[in-house]
Amino acid sequence: MNIIVPIKQVPDLVEELEIDSSGKDLDREWLKFKVNEFDDHALEEALLLKEDSGGTVTAIALDGDDIDKALYAAAAKGADKVVKVTGIEGNVSNHEAAKAFANAIQGMGADLVFTGVQSVEDRDGQLGVLLAHYMNVPHISVVTGVAVNGDSVNVTKEYGGGMVAEFEAATPIVLGIQAARETPRYVPVAKVRRAMRSTDLEEVSAGDVSVSAGSSVSRMFKPESGGGAEMLSGSAEDVAGKLADIIKGKI
Amino acid sequence: MSKIFVIAEHLNGEVEDITYEMLGKAKSLGGDVIAVLLGSGAKDMASDFAADKVLYVDSPELANFNPEAYCKTIVSLVGSHTPNIVLVGNTSQGMDIAAGLSIDCNMPLIAYASDVSEGSVTSQLYGGKMSVESAVEGDFIASVLAGSFPVDAGKGSGAAVEEVAAPDLSGLKIKFKQLIEPEGGDVDITATDVLVSVGRGIQNEDNMEVVQVLADKLGAALSCSRPIVDSKWLPKTRQVGKSGLKVKPKVYIAVGISGAPEHIEGMKDADCIIAINTDANAPIFDYADYGTTEDLFDVVPALTEKL
Ligand SMILES: Cc1cc2nc3c(=O)[nH]c(=O)nc-3n(C[C@H](O)[C@H](O)[C@H](O)COP(=O)(O)OP(=O)(O)OC[C@H]3O[C@@H](n4cnc5c(N)ncnc54)[C@H](O)[C@@H]3O)c2cc1C
Ligand SMILES: Nc1ncnc2c1ncn2[C@@H]1O[C@H](COP(=O)(O)O)[C@@H](O)[C@H]1O
Repeated sequence: MNIIVPIKQVPDLVEELEIDSSGKDLDREWLKFKVNEFDDHALEEALLLKEDSGGTVTAIALDGDDIDKALYAAAAKGADKVVKVTGIEGNVSNHEAAKAFANAIQGMGADLVFTGVQSVEDRDGQLGVLLAHYMNVPHISVVTGVAVNGDSVNVTKEYGGGMVAEFEAATPIVLGIQAARETPRYVPVAKVRRAMRSTDLEEVSAGDVSVSAGSSVSRMFKPESGGGAEMLSGSAEDVAGKLADIIKGKI
Repeated sequence: MSKIFVIAEHLNGEVEDITYEMLGKAKSLGGDVIAVLLGSGAKDMASDFAADKVLYVDSPELANFNPEAYCKTIVSLVGSHTPNIVLVGNTSQGMDIAAGLSIDCNMPLIAYASDVSEGSVTSQLYGGKMSVESAVEGDFIASVLAGSFPVDAGKGSGAAVEEVAAPDLSGLKIKFKQLIEPEGGDVDITATDVLVSVGRGIQNEDNMEVVQVLADKLGAALSCSRPIVDSKWLPKTRQVGKSGLKVKPKVYIAVGISGAPEHIEGMKDADCIIAINTDANAPIFDYADYGTTEDLFDVVPALTEKL
């Protein structure tokens, strides 16, 4: 199977998020970015499938800051090919990003496209599902298991309460990966550096992306805390004492 | 007057609460509330929908959720009924419907909606750390976060059910095979009074001991956020949240959990929520009764000692 894995950099939520002067977006200047955690799972599942049933894995991303490094890291983990989609940059809507990926992927002979199930900033919808509709192929999201079965795949999708549905699907198909069956592999920086020297980063044009999300952000704000917690002050020792009293009072 | 479609959701023969949440919200917006129910022999599920009308489509292909069959059917209903607003759950099923509808019906979609009104939708983004208000002109789709609206407001009786023929569902590329029920766990986290719940702040498997000791001291069960299960440090049966279990203990102690919407969905109804998190901006503090930003590796052992 030819597996394509789109990857995306997202703001690291460990950092403090600030709103920019427009009041409509994050102040991105000092933000730290990292690869969307679900993309690590998507790449892991793709590499595991390749390891057990052959095929190729291609990591693909839209042009942007630091994206080369993310793609080389994918190569270091075992992706056969890494591709950068050029001609579209900056903070585009997911509709536009999906259209760019659909154009770029066309002609790559994809059997499977594994996106991360979601990211923390997909205001106008999950990219994977949008991509599938632009590619005119089916999709399943919240996927926690994929097995190749001849020309088709067996896919498990997760619902609430740990309930899981099993589907059989023809390829090509887009799957939104929630979790790989193994914890995503880690690559040391030295290996990424080596991949940087030995990997050919291909570029493909985004083509015509004249689509629109159909809505615009009017305001971004920090959620008003819903009543908010009573914050306990003092040293860890003091706090522990207060918590012990609170807990004893409730049980 | 606006026409509002509410896409009903059911799993394993039961209507999911998100359906009622959206029906109640739709009613409060005014206009014509039309519930859309897809299934097989499932007409009775609509008997307590607070709607002006129910459109029911019956087909063996719709008996269980199938992303392709559901999408096709809903696209055709939207095409023939032209609703002004479509509400879908931002759930595992809804995620497979909303974005496709947006393209196939050429309607804007606003996801992660925690509030909806005519012309404006509020979304929770960045793991619940930011709210974003979107302006939208004309008809739109919103995918609604579970737990955003009261369930009771969407229950009623007596909506007229209109049966609509399914579109051509032959040649589907996705086939539903089976539902797999979760295995029973060693501990039922929905049945204990006190939960010590651990998140990624615990850093590694060896540190799990720190929270286990606290749980033992309290006679509590250990539960967790999703990354702990994905790392295989605890079994799936201990996961709280959207794809885990809903819990309502007397005391819920969230240790190193940020409070992403998918986690909040599973625990916000606990009687008393205590959050231990070094990030003062973590969304978990918006839902907690008591909080501290002291390091968990200092507070948890000290608390264990004091109990
Ligand atoms: C379809 C879908 C379903 C999902 N279902 C669920 C679900 O059922 N349940 C669930 O939990 N998640 C679910 N998620 C994942 C969810 O989006 C979040 O990724 C997850 O809840 C984050 O877990 P966390 O809070 O443990 O980790 P993080 O968000 O990484 O938070 C860790 C926190 O620990 C704090 N911390 C770090 N060090 C310390 C320290 N020394 N002392 C104190 N605090 C510290 C940090 O400040 C941070 O806030 C789902 C996601 C998707 C896409
Ligand atoms: N620039 C991009 N914008 C949005 N999604 C992307 C982008 N690049 C890759 N994706 C893929 O789409 C997945 C879901 O992202 P999102 O739709 O934003 O939730 C990501 O995890 C990536 O797999």
